[in-house]
Amino acid sequence: MNLGISAVEFVSQAKEGVISVEEFVAKTLDRIKKVDEKIHAFITVDAQNALDKARTIDKKIKSKEKIGSCFGMPLSIKDNICTEGIKTTCASKMLENFVAPYDATVISRLKLEDAIIIGKANLDEFAMGSTTEFSYFGPTRNPWNLEYVPGGSSGGSGASVAAYECLASLGSDTGGSVRSPASFCSVVGLKPTYGLISRYGLVSYANSIEQVGPIAKTVEDVAFLLNIISGHDPHDNTTANNGYVDYVQDLKHGISGKKIGIISQMIGEGVDKEVASATNTAISKLQNLGAECIPISLDAIEHSVAAYYTIASAEASSNLARYDNLRYGFDFGIEGYEFKAFVSKARSNFGPEVTRRMLLGAFVLSAGYYGKYYLKAQKVRAMIKAQLDEAFKKVDYLISPTMPILPFKVGEKIDDPLKLYLTDINTITANLSGIPAISVPFSMSSSGLPIGIQLFANSFKEKELLQAAHVLQETSNLPEISL
Amino acid sequence: MTKIGLEIHCQLTKLASKLFCSCKAEYRNLEPNSNICPVCAGLPGSLPLLNKKAVEKATMISLALGCTIPEKIGFFRKNYFYPDLPKNFQITQYNAYGPTSIGSDGKIEIEGKTIRIRRIQLEEDPGRLVYEGTSEKTMITLIDYNRAGTPLVEIVTEPDFETPKQVRVFLNVLADLVENIGVSDPYLEGAMRVDGNISEGDGNRVEIKNVGSFRDIEKALHFEITRQQSLVERGITVQAETRHWDEARRITVSARSKEEEQDYRYLPEADIPIVLIEHHSIEQIKMQMPESIVARRERYVKKYGLPPQVSDVLSSDKFYSDLFDKAHNEKNAKEVSNIITTDLMGFADTREKKLELKITPKHITDLADSIMTNKLTRNSGKTALQEMVKTGKSLADVISSLDLGHVSDVGSIEKIIDEVFKEEEKAVSEAKQNPDTINYLVGKVMKKTKGKADPTTTLGILRKKLSA
Ligand SMILES: [Zn+2]
Repeated sequence: MNLGISAVEFVSQAKEGVISVEEFVAKTLDRIKKVDEKIHAFITVDAQNALDKARTIDKKIKSKEKIGSCFGMPLSIKDNICTEGIKTTCASKMLENFVAPYDATVISRLKLEDAIIIGKANLDEFAMGSTTEFSYFGPTRNPWNLEYVPGGSSGGSGASVAAYECLASLGSDTGGSVRSPASFCSVVGLKPTYGLISRYGLVSYANSIEQVGPIAKTVEDVAFLLNIISGHDPHDNTTANNGYVDYVQDLKHGISGKKIGIISQMIGEGVDKEVASATNTAISKLQNLGAECIPISLDAIEHSVAAYYTIASAEASSNLARYDNLRYGFDFGIEGYEFKAFVSKARSNFGPEVTRRMLLGAFVLSAGYYGKYYLKAQKVRAMIKAQLDEAFKKVDYLISPTMPILPFKVGEKIDDPLKLYLTDINTITANLSGIPAISVPFSMSSSGLPIGIQLFANSFKEKELLQAAHVLQETSNLPEISL
Repeated sequence: MTKIGLEIHCQLTKLASKLFCSCKAEYRNLEPNSNICPVCAGLPGSLPLLNKKAVEKATMISLALGCTIPEKIGFFRKNYFYPDLPKNFQITQYNAYGPTSIGSDGKIEIEGKTIRIRRIQLEEDPGRLVYEGTSEKTMITLIDYNRAGTPLVEIVTEPDFETPKQVRVFLNVLADLVENIGVSDPYLEGAMRVDGNISEGDGNRVEIKNVGSFRDIEKALHFEITRQQSLVERGITVQAETRHWDEARRITVSARSKEEEQDYRYLPEADIPIVLIEHHSIEQIKMQMPESIVARRERYVKKYGLPPQVSDVLSSDKFYSDLFDKAHNEKNAKEVSNIITTDLMGFADTREKKLELKITPKHITDLADSIMTNKLTRNSGKTALQEMVKTGKSLADVISSLDLGHVSDVGSIEKIIDEVFKEEEKAVSEAKQNPDTINYLVGKVMKKTKGKADPTTTLGILRKKLSA
């Protein structure tokens, strides 16, 4: 049985009875048992429930009952998305034993379509990080080379898809957290337009910029999942009500006659040579398929990393304030503590990166600094949006490498937060402006490490974005993973 | 000169659900922590959903207080750690970066004085802390989140009050107003809470918090004025600080200065998109709003010719003015207003007594009509009213059970007059000489009939008999 098939292929095989869902899920669980000791993509594996559900679906298939469009495809879910009955830890000691009493909207929509949640994927604590090294449960490793980081913060999602431990995954993208692991693990990852997908049940880190995003082996799989999880949600006032869009239909529309802007600031200085060369190859391939590529300069990007870390940290300091161990959390005796002492004792259990960002965020919001930092960051954000609006008057898409550098070794940058922050430079533009962006696996470096290419489109143009991404993926010829 | 400003928290008790979730807005008398959900308990992943009805009610208050309503309103997070806050921030409104709260720059006239309203903001109430234990050592704090997320409107005035009495009058008017427009029952426990700030001359401002009731805010302000004035007299500078009202000792005490250094790190609440307040929806709300107290007072004066003082008393109390509006017709309006403002209000001189009244508009209508058609004397009417409010029985039942009916048939009055004539021979001959003394005899008849004889009939028969 080939666990490396796409999610869409799985659906058609399951539908036709070529494969048994139970067998596929069982084999996937075996695979997890075999490889996850090394990769550590999962925090929780829900084996028994997954098997039970698979058996039920097989019965339904045999008796020709109505079945949801996922036909029991096993998915991993980033562990900051609430799942009723399964722990949602956010890779933090603060939520080590937290079981949400409800499903996130994206989860209930997937369950309605008979998807199977096989387990919860590792992440940087509360999604703060770009390498998945900042997990309370230990780092996830890159399945292409175990010494390397898988990207982050949805590293468990990216790695589990790449290592055939599931068919697809949901991550969340606050500053590149879906696209970074997609790029480093050679899978597809989409950060949708802010407001396209419900955040109800996604544990907030920086709520004004983050979105849930699908990670899968193919662009078609991403489109398939987007059909299920996108759309207005009465539980989230920030979701848009744009009506139903079928992202799978017309996926193979092509890009002939389309204009693509090459973001000058993202392919110049500081970009790894092999990454830059792969990007140029991608551009010329797209040109050969009928697209017109022109350089576009977005000089506001110069300030984007500073603006991003100001806004994200400010929101984090507020969003994470609720973790005071009073209502839920981990056990420690409350007796004898005065409230403030109890809270600071409890909150000393956050990891270093979360602590760093909460302190930074509290600082930029404090009296006298709000205008100097937070408001200024919001101005940068508005500038970036305005420059993008201008750009999209001229072009349909923008292109850049997803990550400016190749995957690096575990531990290599962990002591240098600033260096880590700078690796987000290409991805955060989409979060600050709200526009969609996708990372498509494109090639391998000479050392065998994945390189992903990023495409952007204007807000709510996911359908067009996926069409271009599909074209790009078709041009690549990537090796099978060996594990 | 003394300058006093107020911050009033008024719960929108007339709403069905909380400000950001579908839990009940009425949290009183429920099992602790039974009126909560992932949203108001602040569970990870939950998101606030704005209750549009709350925006409407807050708009009504803003309109009633003459405030400007912005085209867009937004919400902010006020960040601080406290056990009654499930998220460790409160969702509120904030105007420091441009006016985005539901109302600003309003004013209201109180006894000829203008009180300016600085702003009105919509926000969520925190949970409730319950302290148990007998000593500091055994003290435990229990948290009940049933109240968390209850819709609250904060009304901030400019420091335009000069005396505690003005404050009291204002608060009474405000309570009447929110009750009248149907947004709140200000007399429910905890529904209306007041903090004050006070300064003498150019001195520092002192905040007074933790005041339990309207009556206590007046006392707290009095105490604070005396305290500050005596400091000034002794040449001591008044410290800018927050003081708590100690109800038991009836003094204000300095709160720990730590609380003052609080930096709330306000942050826009991105989970709630900016709300557009469209002109036509404001117009619609205006139309839905009940008649204002001022308009009602004017109607009473102009349409029914009620004296201004009676109209004042009647219009400012929703309960009594509703009763009046339901009980009166064009002919009996004056009598109805009389019954309500002189007799009924006399029986129910406290709020508790008012709530116990078993009175219906029909009681008042019947009573007024009976008095106007001479079926009942005013005196008996008062007795009947007292019985009706106590028992809720109909007027007819009360009249027969208390034997209050008017004696107006000529036969029975003649009989009684004959009796009086026998007993009062002297007075009768006197009255024959001097008709001015006839009232003595009328009084005797009334005494015998316990006031039930119709005075006009009695007088007629007496005159006839005397001149015979
Ligand atoms: Zn609730």
